[in-house]
Amino acid sequence: MDTAFIIETLVKIVVVLLVFSALAGFGTYFERKVLAFMQRRLGPMHVGPYGLLQIAADGIKLFTKEDIVPSGVVGPIFKIAPVITAATAFMAAAAIPFLPEFTIFGYTVHPIIADVNIGILYILGVMAIGLYGPLLGGMASNNKWSLISAARGAAIFISYEVVTGLALLVPLMIIGSLSLLDFNEYQAANGWMAFAHPMGFISFILFWIAAFAETGRTPFHLVANDHEVIDGFGTEYSGMRWGLFFIGEYANMFFISFVMAIVFLGGFGDGTVMGALGLLLKVAFFFFFFLWTRAAWPDVRPDQLMWLCWKVLMPLAVINVVVTGIVMMF
Amino acid sequence: MEAIAFYLFAVLTVAMFSYTVMSSQALYALSSMAAGMIMISAFFFLLNADFLGVVQIIVYTGAVMALYAFGMMFFDTTRAVKEHNTSKVIVLTLSVLATLLVITIFTMPIAAENISAAFPEPAGVENPKAVGIVLFTKYLVPFEVAAVMLLVAMIAGIVMAGKKMDRSLTKMKEEEIAMMHQEETQKKVTL
Repeated sequence: MDTAFIIETLVKIVVVLLVFSALAGFGTYFERKVLAFMQRRLGPMHVGPYGLLQIAADGIKLFTKEDIVPSGVVGPIFKIAPVITAATAFMAAAAIPFLPEFTIFGYTVHPIIADVNIGILYILGVMAIGLYGPLLGGMASNNKWSLISAARGAAIFISYEVVTGLALLVPLMIIGSLSLLDFNEYQAANGWMAFAHPMGFISFILFWIAAFAETGRTPFHLVANDHEVIDGFGTEYSGMRWGLFFIGEYANMFFISFVMAIVFLGGFGDGTVMGALGLLLKVAFFFFFFLWTRAAWPDVRPDQLMWLCWKVLMPLAVINVVVTGIVMMF
Repeated sequence: MEAIAFYLFAVLTVAMFSYTVMSSQALYALSSMAAGMIMISAFFFLLNADFLGVVQIIVYTGAVMALYAFGMMFFDTTRAVKEHNTSKVIVLTLSVLATLLVITIFTMPIAAENISAAFPEPAGVENPKAVGIVLFTKYLVPFEVAAVMLLVAMIAGIVMAGKKMDRSLTKMKEEEIAMMHQEETQKKVTL
């Protein structure tokens, strides 16, 4: 194998890890600020200018806090569960093209770690494994509330994975490829998936709704039970182990925003600087929308959530796929 | 490079699955089996069968093992399970038979030389497409039969789980719930 290729891949992995770990920290800051402004508060203000150094303070607190492993838990599983959440979130990033390819010092960089021909399927698969973080964490915690919330979280995750998969089938059928780069090329030539085809628009909305369940964000935030006044599967965790769950959640939000922007909203388009900026803007909008929804909506009940998945979204997604098939045949 | 990867994942897979069998801790067994399922997908990737590799991860780790985990929520997973081996003869016979089977399967390609791929991958076609072509031409009937079987299982599941789905305790009034309980106890008495 080419030495330059190995070095380039290693550098890309390190850059993605560093950038998105940092972004997870900034994500918490943005979340607190956005929520605060929507609720007519100021949010973090005291540490640094406009509370910007709050991230550093939080980081120091999380890293230096005592790592408590309660007695009665299943030690190794309890310790590895947060690592699974964070690791699977970052593994999914391997198949995402973050920017169009560019040339720096005469060397062409492809900002995608592994351009596999099954990209989107790989991302779905790795995100499916992400379920094991909360699940094993809850089961190993030896705490009945953790266990219940892990069960609820896993049920929601598995149910909404059906919707995600079926919603993605429509663009897959239209484009006929699983690589995210092919998605981008097709949309650069034929217009954005969400607006060029009516079925594409429906599947975009379905995927968007399911993304809230996949990342466990607020209208579907039933992995942590607000009404039980505890933090769900994370109840027994402290310090950086709890922080890893958090990093995983925020990284997942960013990556699913990238996937939505690339699959449905044209990605980086023709690959110019404007296209790259456009992609980042779309991702920023999706991320902001996650926070906006959290400020605007309360959590739904678990039975309402299941009703929405199996009686509304899933039938809609199936009909959508069938209609796409019929349209493509004639 | 490929040899290193193969032996690495072979050792990991065997280690994971033997831990699943040996461990008396249900949660360890579950986690190591899920990990083993992911390790197996590495062999698909090594054989350039990317599509099947990812499907292996999604189906076995993402769905099947998650359902096992659901089943395990009804036990106390933090304690070790006591196993009762009633007959050592049965254990011995089964393990010898299984070993023989595995040895036969692995020596077959060495013993018989005229084994070749029945449906070699068509040139210039991507891996997912090649799988689709074989699935919808040569193996169409088994594929459809499997689909019908899954449909049967799904309907059976809905029928078994959905006995009282038309009633929702959250929407009923307290008196109605009390009435329902009363009716049920009366039914038991008459039976």
